[in-house]
Amino acid sequence: MPATYESIATQTLAVGASSITFSSIPATYTDLRLVFVCTNVSGGDQAKVTFNGVTGTSYSQTYMYSDGSIADSGSSANQPEVNIALGGTSTTIPTFYTVDVFSYAGSTNKTLLVTCNEDKNGSGLVSRAVGLFSNTAAITSVTIAKSGGTYAVGTTATLYGIKNA
Amino acid sequence: MPILGVIASSKLASTNSYESIATATAAGGETSLSFTSIPSTYASLQVRSLVRTLRALDGSDSLLITFNSDSGANYSRHRLTGDGTTAAAAGSASNTSMAIINAGTVCDSSLANTFAVNLIDIHDYASTTKYKTLRSFSGANANSASTSFVMGLFSSAWYSTSAVTSITFTNSFGFKAGTTFSLYGIKGA
Repeated sequence: MPATYESIATQTLAVGASSITFSSIPATYTDLRLVFVCTNVSGGDQAKVTFNGVTGTSYSQTYMYSDGSIADSGSSANQPEVNIALGGTSTTIPTFYTVDVFSYAGSTNKTLLVTCNEDKNGSGLVSRAVGLFSNTAAITSVTIAKSGGTYAVGTTATLYGIKNA
Repeated sequence: MPILGVIASSKLASTNSYESIATATAAGGETSLSFTSIPSTYASLQVRSLVRTLRALDGSDSLLITFNSDSGANYSRHRLTGDGTTAAAAGSASNTSMAIINAGTVCDSSLANTFAVNLIDIHDYASTTKYKTLRSFSGANANSASTSFVMGLFSSAWYSTSAVTSITFTNSFGFKAGTTFSLYGIKGA
């Protein structure tokens, strides 16, 4: 059987940057998986994902999380992006995200599964979320951006394609 | 795609440890979809699915799963879920199926063209000496603040030492056309 889990591209920051974009994503896979490991230089902590350069009110999410003392759930609708981070990314300890995008090249709205793990020796957070990009166009670009400040040198994002039979 | 300030690489290097086995797609109205004759040549299985049912409800709903057509009380379930306001936990024993409770499907009065997603792993499925554990990360969202759309982490056990050779997904209201289950095999070293 053919291999069906392939690396499409990897980007590693050589200088600080406020966002990373994968563009010209081929439509030849069924699903996408984005693996993102980041540290901060400074600034806001919220990591956000958008597709095809679309902002507006096309995004929503439901999430649950624990910060080591409580477990809780929240949601947001009609947002300009999917916020994939709930805690504060460290300047030294990497935060680990995965974003699975199902049927990204199909003609339905795009549903995501998001994981976020960060542990900072006394504080931290684990969260899981389902997000929606209410848009039926094929996804051809993905941008991970920051609400402020920059991601540090060495921050890495890898985009994988998963192909079904 | 070289970008200033970024060390970029692009490759299509295939790995041979993650393979597509089969895909089942609903034409519309089926109350169950199955994978049969699953080969025992992998270490683990993964199912990635998009699911919508014909139930006339604005919200998410449950997806039931059985192995090898076993409908006896040979399964147990646990879940940790969020509905946008509350995180909740529950479990049950001696069930007649595994289940992704309240989060495995989207019902048909929900936002059009929207599907629930499930990322399901079944470890050591071909063992003939161990019981089987399934886990899933699942959820649905319809760009609303409604608590009728649930996401969560799910676990189930099947108390059988038989190798898993078939998997059946069930919803009594029937699957919407376009519902898709894709089965992958993951090889060990």
